[in-house]
Amino acid sequence: MNPSPKDALQGLDAPVATIPVPRGPVPQAPLRPEPHWIEITIDGERLTVPEGSTILDATRKLGIDTPTLCFLESLTPVNACRVCVVELEGSRTLVPACSRKVEPHMSIKTDSERVRLSRRLVLEFLASSVDLSTAPAVQAYMKRYNADPERFGTTRATVAQPAKVDNDLYVRDYSKCVLCYKCVEACGVDAQNTFAIAVAGRGFPAHISTEFDVSLPESACVYCGNCIGVCPTGALMFKSEYDMRQAGTWDESRQTKTDTICPYCGVGCDLTVQQQDGQIVRVTSPLDHSVTRGNLCIKGRFGWQFVQIQPAGK
Amino acid sequence: MEDTNVILLWGSNARETHPIFFHHVLRGVRNGAELYVVDPRRTSSARWAHMWLGIDVGSDISLANAMGREIIAAGLANEKFIPHATSGFEAYKSHVEKYTLERAARETGVAAEAIRKMAHAYASAPRAQLCWTLGITEHHNAMDNVVALINLALLTGHVGRYGSGVNPLRGQNNVQGGGDMGAIPAHLPGFQHVENDELRARFEKAWGVTIPPKRGWHLSHMFDAMERGELAVLYVLGENPADSEADRHRALQRLGSLEFLLVQDLFYTRTAELADVVLPAAAGALESEGTVTSSERRVQRVRRTVPPPDGVRDDLQIIFDLARRLGHDWGTPDAESIWNELRSVSPMHAGMSYRRLEEMGGIQWPCYDESHPGEMFLHGRLWNEPLIGPRAPFHVVEFEPPVDQLDEEYPIRLTTGRRLDDYNTGVQSRRYSSPLRREESLQLSPEDGRHYKLREGEHVRVSSRRGSIIAPVRFDSGLRPGLAFLSVHAHDRVATNELTIDAVDPKSGTSEFKATAVRIEKHERT
Repeated sequence: MNPSPKDALQGLDAPVATIPVPRGPVPQAPLRPEPHWIEITIDGERLTVPEGSTILDATRKLGIDTPTLCFLESLTPVNACRVCVVELEGSRTLVPACSRKVEPHMSIKTDSERVRLSRRLVLEFLASSVDLSTAPAVQAYMKRYNADPERFGTTRATVAQPAKVDNDLYVRDYSKCVLCYKCVEACGVDAQNTFAIAVAGRGFPAHISTEFDVSLPESACVYCGNCIGVCPTGALMFKSEYDMRQAGTWDESRQTKTDTICPYCGVGCDLTVQQQDGQIVRVTSPLDHSVTRGNLCIKGRFGWQFVQIQPAGK
Repeated sequence: MEDTNVILLWGSNARETHPIFFHHVLRGVRNGAELYVVDPRRTSSARWAHMWLGIDVGSDISLANAMGREIIAAGLANEKFIPHATSGFEAYKSHVEKYTLERAARETGVAAEAIRKMAHAYASAPRAQLCWTLGITEHHNAMDNVVALINLALLTGHVGRYGSGVNPLRGQNNVQGGGDMGAIPAHLPGFQHVENDELRARFEKAWGVTIPPKRGWHLSHMFDAMERGELAVLYVLGENPADSEADRHRALQRLGSLEFLLVQDLFYTRTAELADVVLPAAAGALESEGTVTSSERRVQRVRRTVPPPDGVRDDLQIIFDLARRLGHDWGTPDAESIWNELRSVSPMHAGMSYRRLEEMGGIQWPCYDESHPGEMFLHGRLWNEPLIGPRAPFHVVEFEPPVDQLDEEYPIRLTTGRRLDDYNTGVQSRRYSSPLRREESLQLSPEDGRHYKLREGEHVRVSSRRGSIIAPVRFDSGLRPGLAFLSVHAHDRVATNELTIDAVDPKSGTSEFKATAVRIEKHERT
């Protein structure tokens, strides 16, 4: 039944090993040590969470919808936006839920007047200077916290500027950028490790920039589009989506999303393919997929023009 | 990969060819793993390595055997694993005795100290991963190269344990699945040997037909058979051999000798241009239902994300229609029913219902029944007390240089490969506009550029013993003097395979794409 695999190497007429070989025990990952559990109180409710959890993890466990902008499960928290702040008993300042680790006996308020005011101000400051028209999640937060950016007047400073269209794959419209740093992190150590972009400048003029502000084709960018995948405001957008929005043909009510596996190399990346009227318009990957963690390469994210080629498509 | 201590990436530029896998490598590195890259070129992967071993093309066995000798001599061989689970160790030990570090340094061009350091790091690591790609397999002695690496894993016990293993990185989204399904000469689905009467009988019973009791030909055998006139009809599905075969001039002659060529493809490829009949097919991963199997043996669902264009049918429909014309009515094609039939004849897939594949986001074979979780790594049986199944054998393999030898007439070693934004013969990838794509150019070391008095962008004639092409030149500081590189993506402009040699590994059927001897001359454009 199971001739030695050595025979397979003797030439073409020799018998080849019959695999699969006999069953062994099912392989297991080594057991992780049991975590310590920590008891905290959130909005008067007691709960225990594993050591190392963040306050955000704990609020989610209770089903509390804490707003986030610069946070993403797959990225290291940078504490840039402060929209997730909560009130921690004994703390002079509000603390960011996304990065603050739980400690024993913490008592936290997630919806106090102080928290609501702070969140409202963060959203108002952002919305007064940034175009949030393609950020539905932020718009929903603004509604929830009664944010009114108009109260800063019409002469307020904004980051309005023309969109940068310098390649056929994606567009950078920094009038929509809230400086959440997610794209920088995805381009850097948290995923792609290409380091094509960083935050340049200080204060209000701070902005996301390639090296020396060169165009993307001149930069170190490898067009993985992992920055687009994490952008919360549509500042980074597929050229396909951008063009359709410009033409007024982008219509999410006519779109569907279907998961499949990338048609290129053998790594097995999950693609979520978004189509409108039978044409692919955008490709992403689920954040929780064990292979991709939401990341793709240039071929997987952009290399789909080959489908829907007409027969004898010369 | 993320929980390991040492990663050897051997003959692979995963940073560009398996980018998302390389994310996991980099996580491993950031978690403290040491990365060693063995590659003739200082690639973008090698730039991440703690140590890059710039090996001469095709000298891998010398390097591996010298590592084996050094590991044994330093007392770092795994004394528990070798007697427990392997065979042939004594023969291996005496065989590698002659592969001293000095000899290997001479044959590979890698400093003896670097070989010693990599050997010690690999053998001493609590966990270590050994990964390779076409730099190992596109050689006339591909299988020998692979077993030379496997010997190292057996020697150190870096196999069948969490965080330790041998990993051939697959280049296509379903090349693993194709083999699993029996699209290889000797096996029926689930790696059940066609020449085993008992196994074959099970399939004959299930399918109600008689199956030829002998293995078939692999691709290289088929091309040889065309030349002998033994193969007159060819049905090509989703393959472009007119561009992808080594020694293309000869491959085209052989394809031209066929009586009938049927091509089923998404694209009107160069192979399709030669065909008597072309059947337009839907895109497997984006326009059809089914499964593919990745490099880590994970079976995952592919789905129709958009409808195929008018007049285009998916592969199943075409094959069913063809069967009907040939007198076999298989009914209406349905991917899930076919998958369930596969599960009934292939024990390693038996537990993978579509429902479970959905729920679990894919399952790694083997998966014997619907309570089995799949297996995250193979060969754990080798560590079981007592050992389950046969011992894993060491193989004695000897270094042999590439077939296409360098001499005064052909002094430059040309190696071939792939770039980040393109894919194989380019028919699929060259339809999107990549800002990274540059005119396909012969890459040379800056030193050779000076030697031949060339400027970047200048055209040269590149000639091998089989053919000759014109290409612009580009300098690449990742290449050493005497080494040149071309991709295989742009055969319409730079037909790399006019140069390559079809020296075929008799055991695997792979040609030696990685090692061509060439000559370079200035080409004055007219």
